[in-house]
Amino acid sequence: MAKPLLEIKDMYVWFKVFGGILKVLDGVNFIVYPGEKVGLVGEMGCGKTTTMKAIMRILPMPPAVIPRGEILFKGQDILKMKQVKLQHLRKKEISMIFQDPTAALNPVFTIGTQLQDTIRFAEKSGKNTEKEGIRTRAIQVLKEVSLPDPERVLQNYPLQLSGGMRQRVCISMALVSTNELLIADEPGTSLDVTIKDQILRLLKELAEKRNTSIILISHALGAVRGMTDRLYVMYAGSMVEVAKTKELFAHPLHPYSQGLLAATPRLTGGGIGEGIDGRIPEYINPPTGCRFHPRCKQAMPICKDKKPPFFKVGKDHEVACFLFQNHR
Amino acid sequence: MIILTNNILTIEQLKKHFVTRQGIVKAVDGISFSVKEGETFGLVGESGSGKSTVAYTVIGMYKPTKGKVLYRGKNISQESKKRSQALKKEIRIVFQDPGTSLNPARSIRQILELPLKIHNLSRNHKDIVNKIEELLKMVQLPVDYIYKYPLMIGGGEKQMVAIARALATNPSFVLLDEPTSALDVSVQAKIINMLIQFQKKFNLSYLFITHDLSLMRNVASRVAIMYLGKICEIAPASEFFKNPLHPYTQMLLSSISVISDEEEALKPKKIISKGEIPSPVNVPPGCSFHLRCPNKMDICSREDPVMVEVSKGHTVRCHLYTNTHV
Repeated sequence: MAKPLLEIKDMYVWFKVFGGILKVLDGVNFIVYPGEKVGLVGEMGCGKTTTMKAIMRILPMPPAVIPRGEILFKGQDILKMKQVKLQHLRKKEISMIFQDPTAALNPVFTIGTQLQDTIRFAEKSGKNTEKEGIRTRAIQVLKEVSLPDPERVLQNYPLQLSGGMRQRVCISMALVSTNELLIADEPGTSLDVTIKDQILRLLKELAEKRNTSIILISHALGAVRGMTDRLYVMYAGSMVEVAKTKELFAHPLHPYSQGLLAATPRLTGGGIGEGIDGRIPEYINPPTGCRFHPRCKQAMPICKDKKPPFFKVGKDHEVACFLFQNHR
Repeated sequence: MIILTNNILTIEQLKKHFVTRQGIVKAVDGISFSVKEGETFGLVGESGSGKSTVAYTVIGMYKPTKGKVLYRGKNISQESKKRSQALKKEIRIVFQDPGTSLNPARSIRQILELPLKIHNLSRNHKDIVNKIEELLKMVQLPVDYIYKYPLMIGGGEKQMVAIARALATNPSFVLLDEPTSALDVSVQAKIINMLIQFQKKFNLSYLFITHDLSLMRNVASRVAIMYLGKICEIAPASEFFKNPLHPYTQMLLSSISVISDEEEALKPKKIISKGEIPSPVNVPPGCSFHLRCPNKMDICSREDPVMVEVSKGHTVRCHLYTNTHV
């Protein structure tokens, strides 16, 4: 297979707070290949956003510390990059769309000011720096995300737009410079179903047109199903299962993935599965071994003592669970 | 005239308008439906469609601008403070976000003893403690939670406490205003299954409000779709998902993301969602949906359609079905 575009190797992220150390990320391994659409699902508080913020290097440090691990982007470790290089990375290579577009936009500046600032920043090194050029470019990117009447939108303040329009503006900002990797952190969660559908379709179209890799984060399984090629399932700070999206939906192996899938209500009716007992553990004093074992119905003695590594169970299908340690 | 039905709640031409600086917001604009004894009636719609306003009017937080709310045939369209104690005991509500609906300065015990005290459901101190323990056991929470505060427990557990509080007075009608939309799926499944179990055990009737259609399919016996303060379609749940008639229903159904191919097959294919819900201050003339409708006709921008019954129990408010069934 091709060289990975982004590879997170055994990364730990801790937060030093008053009550002790929150051991949030616990050995994350994550790979994105060029042009690939990768999904990441997990319940709230499992560390999805923390992982992504670590990639962008926007975790507040302190309290966050990264005691171990590396994030390789095209072979270079993001965690060791100098400020100048990091700026270039954020400018030209990786960009991120946040969950809540209302919080992502500054309420006291117009969309025009904010978008044109982004363009000026992204294209500083380029030729296109005169005022008119930037304005034309702003209108062009707004058109690209199918916003009606872009000239008016430029003069509006974020609060004058609807939630869906704001998210489109955020997407347009992420797309001003050609990007190699787009991180979409629950892009539709705060929006209505019909709008969410529109936003997801727009993202997919744009990514395919520009051949950008996408990491799509979601807490709902449905949203990633039609959008991604490969899917990671995350629980309490580490990946528990990875497979091709189709394969994972057809044959989930990890007890957590199975529970999650069974708990999702279906259009075909017939009631909802049981759900999973308990909740995501406290990070100050997380369970030893496999962090899922207190909630797992098939837990064995070994689960308490050792953290399961990834076991390969098929082509592109890996599970971090001792149930599959002898699988060949 | 006394009408003999088994309807526990009937809403007739209910309107609730709010006067704001921008103009009159018609949050609920003439809706009618009824909830049968022991059933779960689902109310679906996007944000801003007026679902919660309906719930708040039924519970008495708002006084209706026009129209009637009938509970077991009795008109209850008045504000909460004018309602009788007995009525307040009968109709209870569970709010969307347990983080804000539970007072953070009160312990779980104080939260649960309040309804017991107000409605004189227990005689002495010991009795209250017993009842609270019983309630906690009912929602499968450990008994020592009685000393905890809302901030110390998880979101799902908080919602369980909110449900226990609603059921403390032994009601017969419970309004569930998006009870699980702030929670994770695995927790949601537990709560929904518990609610279904309570419904059977205590013979409860639910008005279930949500924006999640897949969830609705699994809990509701009948479903109504709201758009901009009006109901577009009412149908039994199985019929509703098999044979959606209103273009808005079809659009909603085709927008939801599903997790299996069988579900994919149930979705109407052709409709691609476009546009957004307009501001309720400035409702388009005629049918309020015509700006987003793929089957728009001339008449839609002029006349507001009326509800027509297409088949038994299945009513639609759309011009597409008006002429053929007169």
